[in-house]
Amino acid sequence: MEIRVNPTRMELNRLKKRLKMAERGHKLLKDKRDELIRQFLILVRKNKELREQMEKELSAAFAKFLLARAVMTAETLEEALMYPTRRLTLAVKKQNIMSVYAPRFEWGEEESGRGEAGSIYPYGFVDTSAELDISIETLSGIMPQLLELAEVEKAVQLLADEIEKTRRRVNALEYVMIPKIRETIRYITMKLDENERGALTRLMKIKDVVRAKM
Amino acid sequence: MSSYKTAVIGDKDSILGFKTLGVAIFPVTGAAAALAILKQLVADNYGVIFITEEFARELDDVIAELNKRFLPSIVLIPNSKGTLGLGIRNIKQNVEKAIGADILFRKEG
Repeated sequence: MEIRVNPTRMELNRLKKRLKMAERGHKLLKDKRDELIRQFLILVRKNKELREQMEKELSAAFAKFLLARAVMTAETLEEALMYPTRRLTLAVKKQNIMSVYAPRFEWGEEESGRGEAGSIYPYGFVDTSAELDISIETLSGIMPQLLELAEVEKAVQLLADEIEKTRRRVNALEYVMIPKIRETIRYITMKLDENERGALTRLMKIKDVVRAKM
Repeated sequence: MSSYKTAVIGDKDSILGFKTLGVAIFPVTGAAAALAILKQLVADNYGVIFITEEFARELDDVIAELNKRFLPSIVLIPNSKGTLGLGIRNIKQNVEKAIGADILFRKEG
């Protein structure tokens, strides 16, 4: 299918310019796509690793927690955890991956001023079980990983969207736009050639007629 | 650079421990409540929201929509009963979307 145009020389020049532009765009987008995929693969591998590790460790921490819950009454447990000693602060920066903006998390911990400074346990050890200590220690160790996972997973999601978009554009250019323009250029050149031949034969014919009359 | 908050949504048994880390916890018992809280957290400028797979499963389309945004970052976590494999499934889907084939989890041969 070609684009409907007037078969004129001006149109031909215009189309040739467009073709050049489309080809350049196609090449650039293809490069972009390749680089995006490279970055994506690095990130997604990391994502998979982090997630598998996190799920394992978190499940273990939860199992311990469940044990703690079993040996302590619900009230004591809630009382023990009522006032956290720390507060998690989260700062978000932008990171630019091939002009895809993904958040980058920076976290810090603030003492909330309650309880002993520097202790991750917000409770005394009298009423609580050892399982709770272990569970909370594990959780506290996982937190940096969880936040890193949050960062990586977001980047992976955003990159996947961007790659999909870029690939669509590349394909649209490669399989629709560029062939269409080529076809139209061919059509115009043929038409122009045909006109020229038409004009030439007409001239020859007229010349014959004129010569026969003399 | 501004400051954001972190939250956990899930069943109480699983998420209570997060409280000691200074993460806001939102215990819920059903998907409807989880959805309401999730919406509220998104409006409330939370940067990272952890949600247990058990509830995330019911909120698939909402989470998919949020995943296209810059923030918040929603992370699925297993609950105390173990993982449902949703997190890994999502990674797989992302790979398929981006590459067109699952090259990361493909079994050899």
